Amino acid sequence: MDFVKLLELVIAASLINNFVFTRFLGLCIFFGVSKKMETAVGMSITFTMVMVVSAAVSWLIYTYLMVPYELTFLKIIIFIGVVAALVQASDTVMRKISPVLYYKLGVYLALIATNCIIIAVPLINSGEGYNFIESLFFGLGSGLGFSLALIIMASIREKLELADVPAPFRGMPLAFVTTGLIALAFTGFAGLITL
Amino acid sequence: MTNWQLIKNGIFAENTIFKLAISLCPSIAVTNSVKNGFVLGIAVLFVQTMVNVTVSAMRNIINSKIRIPVFMLVISGWVTVVDMIVAAMAPEAYKQIGLYIQIIVAFASILARAEVFASKNTFVPSMFDGIGMGIGFMVALVIISFFRELLGRGSLWGFAFVDFKPLLIMIMPAGGFFAVGILMAFFNWMELRGGKAPSHH
Repeated sequence: MDFVKLLELVIAASLINNFVFTRFLGLCIFFGVSKKMETAVGMSITFTMVMVVSAAVSWLIYTYLMVPYELTFLKIIIFIGVVAALVQASDTVMRKISPVLYYKLGVYLALIATNCIIIAVPLINSGEGYNFIESLFFGLGSGLGFSLALIIMASIREKLELADVPAPFRGMPLAFVTTGLIALAFTGFAGLITL
Repeated sequence: MTNWQLIKNGIFAENTIFKLAISLCPSIAVTNSVKNGFVLGIAVLFVQTMVNVTVSAMRNIINSKIRIPVFMLVISGWVTVVDMIVAAMAPEAYKQIGLYIQIIVAFASILARAEVFASKNTFVPSMFDGIGMGIGFMVALVIISFFRELLGRGSLWGFAFVDFKPLLIMIMPAGGFFAVGILMAFFNWMELRGGKAPSHH
């Protein structure tokens, strides 16, 4: 396995094809939890963990169950089941093993059960035909990219709280325009590396 | 509420994108051309209606303890159906928006209507609720993509008819966020002028 290739995959998934700014996935969560830095950080950690694990598990199921038995047309149903079960399982495991961590991150776990990003990772992995290691790193890169987006947004919105904004733009509209500006900055990453 | 009121409720009072501000991903992802916006709108309209109808028909036999997994199963079943239909009937559009059609499965709006409305109401009102919510979603996508395609490409539905140097930014990712933000602000402004406070935050 070529290490440089994997590094490129992580950079591509996190910066160039950032989930929020160029693929537009997970916007509900992105706008929902980016108001405070603390929640944004908690969400980022949980998200990245679940993404890597779900990428791994769904790759195994896809390759060793769905492909041999020709069930790939059911991938939407199966992946949503896998992800939901996985989130539920990590909820239970986390509560037993580390109650402190559960107390901090448990709320976010419940939120991401049916989030579009989490379901998009296995779908993209199977669509692109990544192998096991590549799938893992794609999940990691996507998670890091989403974390970066959340943390940038949270730090901007904390400042925006103090700004005097025209009434019609208060709340969501301003958040959208801000995201547009960040997205514009992120287009600068396009062409950073060519895969 | 009458059936007509149910449809109007979905289009105006509880418009998924502009009022409730949920299921936002496709509002930017597929709105760089009117055609893509329309195809996804139709897909959502179909899934929303069929899910509402199915859940409503089965509401008496679904155990309330496992209702959410059952709803998810119903939704992903219908999304698979739509996914295959679009792949077969509109292969060009499917290449661009295929991922977002599969993502319909994770739309909060569809699960929300199944839980809030269809599981408590009879067959016919649920159907009209689904149609209303679906049309509301489609209208929102078409409005956004109308502005983006017109300004960004100088065309509508692929037909170029405005002769000016297009604002390329409008079809880029950033333009999508700007378009939605400005449209939301515009609707807020209309409401503020009408003397009502904006209904979402």
